[in-house]
Amino acid sequence: MLELRNLKVKYGQVEALHGLNLTVTEGELVTILGANGAGKSTTLMAISGLVPISAGEIYFNGRRIDTLRSHQLVRLGITQSPEGRRVFGPLTVAENLALGAFSQNDRAAAASRLSWVYDLFPRLSERRSQMAGTLSGGEQQMLAIGRALMARPRLLLLDEPSLGLAPLLVKSIFQTIRAINEAGLTIILVEQNARAALKLADRAYVLEVGRLVMEGPAAELLHNPQVQNTYLGGMA
Amino acid sequence: MEFFIQQLINGLAVGGIYALIALGYTMVYGVLKLINFAHGELFTLGAYLGFTLLVSWGLAGTVGVGPAILICMGLVMLLSALAGHVLERAAYRPLRKSGRLSAVVSALGASIFLQNAIMLIWGAKGLAYPADLLPRVMISIAGQPVPLIRVVVFVSSLLVMLGLYFLINRTRIGMAIRASAIDQGAAKLMGIDVRQVIAIVFMIGPALGGLAGVMFGICYGQITFTMGQIYGLKAFTAAIIGGIGNIPGAMLGGILLGVIEALGAAYISMSWKDAITFFALILILVIRPTGILPERVAEKL
Repeated sequence: MLELRNLKVKYGQVEALHGLNLTVTEGELVTILGANGAGKSTTLMAISGLVPISAGEIYFNGRRIDTLRSHQLVRLGITQSPEGRRVFGPLTVAENLALGAFSQNDRAAAASRLSWVYDLFPRLSERRSQMAGTLSGGEQQMLAIGRALMARPRLLLLDEPSLGLAPLLVKSIFQTIRAINEAGLTIILVEQNARAALKLADRAYVLEVGRLVMEGPAAELLHNPQVQNTYLGGMA
Repeated sequence: MEFFIQQLINGLAVGGIYALIALGYTMVYGVLKLINFAHGELFTLGAYLGFTLLVSWGLAGTVGVGPAILICMGLVMLLSALAGHVLERAAYRPLRKSGRLSAVVSALGASIFLQNAIMLIWGAKGLAYPADLLPRVMISIAGQPVPLIRVVVFVSSLLVMLGLYFLINRTRIGMAIRASAIDQGAAKLMGIDVRQVIAIVFMIGPALGGLAGVMFGICYGQITFTMGQIYGLKAFTAAIIGGIGNIPGAMLGGILLGVIEALGAAYISMSWKDAITFFALILILVIRPTGILPERVAEKL
């Protein structure tokens, strides 16, 4: 469904991604792991067209998309819940979700989508007229994911949904992510919480300073001694 | 009392004009965090375009004064919007990825360019809208005679602002503008074409500024190619007093500044008019640096 070929991204003179190859097939939940600065978020931003790529190609369902602009990618069905959530703080929860459906012309479909998102995150429904900036971190994360779901994506990019959340909340967010994936949505999940991500994902890629160092089925990586040492704190 | 009401109406009329110009500054700032220093010149351009349409082309003579003024305002808004769009394309878009200072320098350059272009096209002498363009009707407010035109200018600026408020808060494009002002990256992820939003903001702002120019010409008559400087500066002050980036703030700041200025000139000293304006600015910056109605700042977690 998605294919990155030899993707390179530069920030000024510094190359952040040195030629990444990555594929995602329909229905998969793929996770990208790595330490800070490994290039995980850069990869997602490049897919969404938020950072220009310096070399390589990106294909979505066989169509080359690295020449398209961000808003066109949303219309193709690629949405993202970005790092740091980036909800529209001064707007209400309902307005944030309405913005999520900005690319949708079918009002009835957007309305049914909205009730689906409220079912997924009942908390958002309770707070629909509250300003997004006043929500807790966990609620903002739910809002960011819910907002990304409003555009009826075919591929959902999730950047660090567990960042800064209490363990119990992380668990509940991850359960929701699994449920969304099981409902048929293809997901790329970028995470620092490697253990939780590997338990959830079908396959995983491991990045180190802009380079792919490992890839494979998530279950295998979970038991790989090298991964355990570096990303899982050494304990099996 | 008579004097007070007359000065108040004068202040409201000029305040409405300030507010219309201030909206252009504040909208561009809201989305781009850039002060469009060429905005005052678009106000001048509006006044001159209005003069050409109404007087030189004799629009008023062919269709009657009332419809002529309306047609003229519509056309000037359209042409100013076009000028704003060209300005954005030529002076700002190529610098979108450069530092903010480059854009400021480019803005100043555009301002000088436009001012001189207006001088070369229409001459350095200044022009005057005919004094008998509109019959000098006086109406009575609270028992005091007041020129109707001042009231009309104030009321129509209010109507335009009401329209803008509706556009920003109730329409799809308004929603896109608000989202882009808060977080451009996130707005892109919503499927909003931020480049297009910026282009639209650079048409709405100049359209309002151009309209203010025509209103100024009709109301006060005398126009010069440098008037955008002082009016731009005053409107910019109004935008800051109201809270730059905030649309109701620009409206409030503009009207407030007009009234302060008129009353100050009347009761303190005419020659201290500008000093009073900028004193108000300094006062606000000291007491409430974010302006009366600051951009709503979200709590960040």
